[in-house]
Amino acid sequence: MKALIDENLCTGCGTCIDVCPVGAITLSEGKAKVSDECTLCGICVDSCEFGAISLPKVGTGELPRDYETYRGIWVYAEWRHGTIHRVSYELLSKARQLADKKHVPLASVLLGYRLNGLERDLFNYGADIVYVVDHPSLAYFTDEAYGNVLAYLAKEYRPEILLAGATSIGRSFIPRVAALLKTGLTADCTDLDINEEGLLVQTRPAFGGNIMASILCPYGRPQMATVRPRVMEACRLAETRSGVLERVSVPEELFKSRIEVLEETVCEGPSASIVEADVVISGGRGLGRKENFRMLEELARLVNGAVGASRGAVESGFADPSQQVGQTGRTVAPVLYMAVGISGAIQHVVGMQGSRIIVAVNKDPQAPIFNVCHYGVVADLFEFIPEFIKLVKGGC
Amino acid sequence: MHIVVCVKQVPETQNVKIDPTTNTLVRQGVASMMNPFDRFALEAALRIKDMDRDNVNITVITMGPPQAKEVLIDALSRGADDAVLLSDQAFAGADTWATSYTLASAIRKLGSVDLIICGKQAIDGDTAQVGPELATLLDLPYATYVSRIEFLEPRVLKITRQTDEGTAVWKVPLPALLTVLKDVGIPRVRSYRATLRARRYEVPIWGISDLRLSKESVGLKGSFTQVIKVFSPQRAKDRTFIEGSVSEQAARLYELLKKQGVPGL
Ligand SMILES: Cc1cc2nc3c(=O)[nH]c(=O)nc-3n(C[C@H](O)[C@H](O)[C@H](O)COP(=O)(O)OP(=O)(O)OC[C@H]3O[C@@H](n4cnc5c(N)ncnc54)[C@H](O)[C@@H]3O)c2cc1C
Ligand SMILES: Cc1cc2nc3c(=O)[nH]c(=O)nc-3n(C[C@H](O)[C@H](O)[C@H](O)COP(=O)(O)OP(=O)(O)OC[C@H]3O[C@@H](n4cnc5c(N)ncnc54)[C@H](O)[C@@H]3O)c2cc1C
Repeated sequence: MKALIDENLCTGCGTCIDVCPVGAITLSEGKAKVSDECTLCGICVDSCEFGAISLPKVGTGELPRDYETYRGIWVYAEWRHGTIHRVSYELLSKARQLADKKHVPLASVLLGYRLNGLERDLFNYGADIVYVVDHPSLAYFTDEAYGNVLAYLAKEYRPEILLAGATSIGRSFIPRVAALLKTGLTADCTDLDINEEGLLVQTRPAFGGNIMASILCPYGRPQMATVRPRVMEACRLAETRSGVLERVSVPEELFKSRIEVLEETVCEGPSASIVEADVVISGGRGLGRKENFRMLEELARLVNGAVGASRGAVESGFADPSQQVGQTGRTVAPVLYMAVGISGAIQHVVGMQGSRIIVAVNKDPQAPIFNVCHYGVVADLFEFIPEFIKLVKGGC
Repeated sequence: MHIVVCVKQVPETQNVKIDPTTNTLVRQGVASMMNPFDRFALEAALRIKDMDRDNVNITVITMGPPQAKEVLIDALSRGADDAVLLSDQAFAGADTWATSYTLASAIRKLGSVDLIICGKQAIDGDTAQVGPELATLLDLPYATYVSRIEFLEPRVLKITRQTDEGTAVWKVPLPALLTVLKDVGIPRVRSYRATLRARRYEVPIWGISDLRLSKESVGLKGSFTQVIKVFSPQRAKDRTFIEGSVSEQAARLYELLKKQGVPGL
C-alpha cells in the first residue's frame, strides 16, 4: 500500500521527492515512483501542484451494518475538583454549531460521584441532553472504569460523533473507548467541521506541528476525536437554558478497575502545572543561574501564570524537569507564552507553537525564536524583565 | 518476568523543516531514529532488568518497513534480549487502531508477557493512542504519562504519573501496560558486548501469515481514519519587533498585551 501517482499528470518535477520524510520517492523515466518504504503520510499529496498524487482509501469500503441508527453528537464533560473543565464548554460551543448544521441533538456525558448541579452549565453552553452516571467508583479518574462506562453508554445510545478534550485525561481514556467500540479516533484536533456528506472533518497537527492533516472516519461509528483545549471559543448561550437530565444506571461490573488510586496531588502557585495556566513565562539557559528564575516566578505570580523552562535550563539545573516545554517535555498552548533567554530550537518550539500570543525576549536578534514569535523584544533580559515587572505591578 | 517494549522508527526531526518561502515541509536527508520516548521506555525496562538480571527478559518489538530493523538492533545494543520485526506490505498505512491490532496479535504470539512499556507518544504521528488501545485490545490495565516505576510486591507496581495539574500515584497489578515520560531515567549508551551480540542477532520478521491475520484487518484496509488532506500550518507572519530603549520596549509590550486581553495584566 503506497501513495498513488497518476502518470498522466506527473511532470517529473521532483518536488515530492524533497518533501518525503522517508525518502520513498524517486524519479524513473521522468515520472515519480513510490517505493515500499512509503508510510502513506500524505505530505507529498499536498506538495504536488499538478494533483498527480493521491492516497489509497482506508477500510474495505463497507459501512457498519447498523450505521444509520447512529445519531446525535456527544461531548464528554470533564471536571476537576467539582467544576467543569473549560475545554468541555469550548467543545459544547463548537458541537452546538455542528449539531445545528446536521439537525441533530447535542448531548453531554458526565461521569463521577456526587457531581450535583454540574449539569446546569452544560445546558447553558448548548447541551440538549445530559447523561449522568453517579457512582462511588467514579470519584477518582481511572482509565478502566471511565472507559468502560463511556463505551457502554455509546453502545446503548449510539451517538454518531463523540468528542472529548485532549487533556491528559481525555488523551488517556478516550483511546480505550475507541478500542472498545472498534472505531477510529483522531487525536488532538484543532478544528472540526461537517462536510457535504455529513461526515466529521477533523483537522489536527502532526509531525510536531510541522504539518496539518484533515481526517475522516468514514466507516467507523461513532466518529471520535479529542480536541485541544483553548483552540475553540466557549460561548454561553443563556443564563439558564433547560434540557433533559437523564440519570443512567449501568451494570456494576463496568466500575471494576484493576488499578487503585493511592494519591493525587495538585501543584499550585508559579510551579503549578504549565498546561493549565493562561500565561506561561518560560526561561532558558540565558537566565544564567537558578536564582535568576525567581524573577520569572515573580512575574508569573503577578499575572497568575506558571513558569516553564527550556531543556537547556532544565539541564543546567535552573528549573525542574516537570517545567520543561517541548518535544520531550510538555506541550502548552496558553493565551500568552513568553520565552525569555531561549534560543528557539525546533524541539522547544513544537511544545509551544500553539500558544495564542508568543513573546520572545532575547539579546541575539538572529535567535531562531524570533521566527516563531508574534512580538520580538531584542534586549538583555536582566534589564527588560525588571522593567516589565514594574509595569505589571503598577497596572495591578 | 517478560517485558515487551514497543518502539517506533521515526524521521529525525532536526531534518524536518518548513521552507519559509513555499511554506512546505522540506527534508534534509532521510535519517531516521528510534522515537525519543521509546528510548525511555527501553530504559525503564532495562532498569527493571538491572534489579534481577537473570529473571527478566526484554523483547523489543516494532511494526514498520524492513529498515525499521535498525531501531531493534539499536535496542539490542543497549541491552534488550530479543527483538521481533513486524513487517509486511499489508501493514502499511495503519492508523492507531490497525497498529494496535497488529501489535496485540504479535504480543499474544509471544506468549506470556508481564509488562508492556510504550513511549508517551511518537513524534511523527503524535497521537499517544497506541499504548491505551493496545492495552485495551489485550485486556490489560494501563497507566499513561508514567514518570516513576517502583515495585510494591513482586507482581504489583506503584507508579507515579503526571496529570495536567500535578501527579497521581497508582497501584498497578501485573500484567499491565505503561506509557512513559523522560523522567523514568536517562537512556544508557550502547555496550560493547551487547553491540557485538546485536550484530549477530537474527531478527525474526513476522508478516500477516505468521500472525494469522487477514489482509483486510491490518494496514490501510484495517484502518478507520482516512487522511484526506495534508497542508502546512499558518505561521505567524505578523511578527512585530518592539523597538526603543528597554523601558520603552517594556511599556509598548505591556500596552499591546493588555489591549489583547491577556488575563492577569
Ligand atoms: C531528541 C531531543 C529532544 C529535545 N527536547 C527538548 C525539549 O523538550 N525542550 C527543549 O526546550 N529543548 C529540547 N531539546 C534541546 C534543544 O535542542 C535545545 O538544545 C534547547 O532547547 C536549548 O535551550 P535554551 O534555548 O535554553 O539554550 P540555548 O540554546 O543555549 O539558548 C540560550 C539563549 O539565551 C540567549 N541569552 C543569553 N543571555 C541572554 C541575556 N542576558 N538576555 C537575553 N537573552 C540571552 C541567547 O542569545 C540564546 O539564544 C531536545 C533536543 C533533542 C536532541
Ligand atoms: C499526518 C498523520 C496524522 C495521523 N493522525 C492519526 C489520527 O488522528 N488517528 C489515528 O488513529 N492515526 C493517525 N495517524 C496514523 C498513525 O500515525 C499511525 O497509526 C502510527 O502507526 C501510530 O500512531 P502514532 O505515530 O501516533 O503513535 P503513538 O500512539 O503516539 O505512539 C505511542 C507509542 O506506541 C508505540 N508504537 C507506536 N507505533 C508503533 C509501531 N509501529 N511499532 C511499535 N510500537 C509502536 C511506541 O511505544 C510509541 O511510543 C496519522 C498519521 C499521519 C501521517
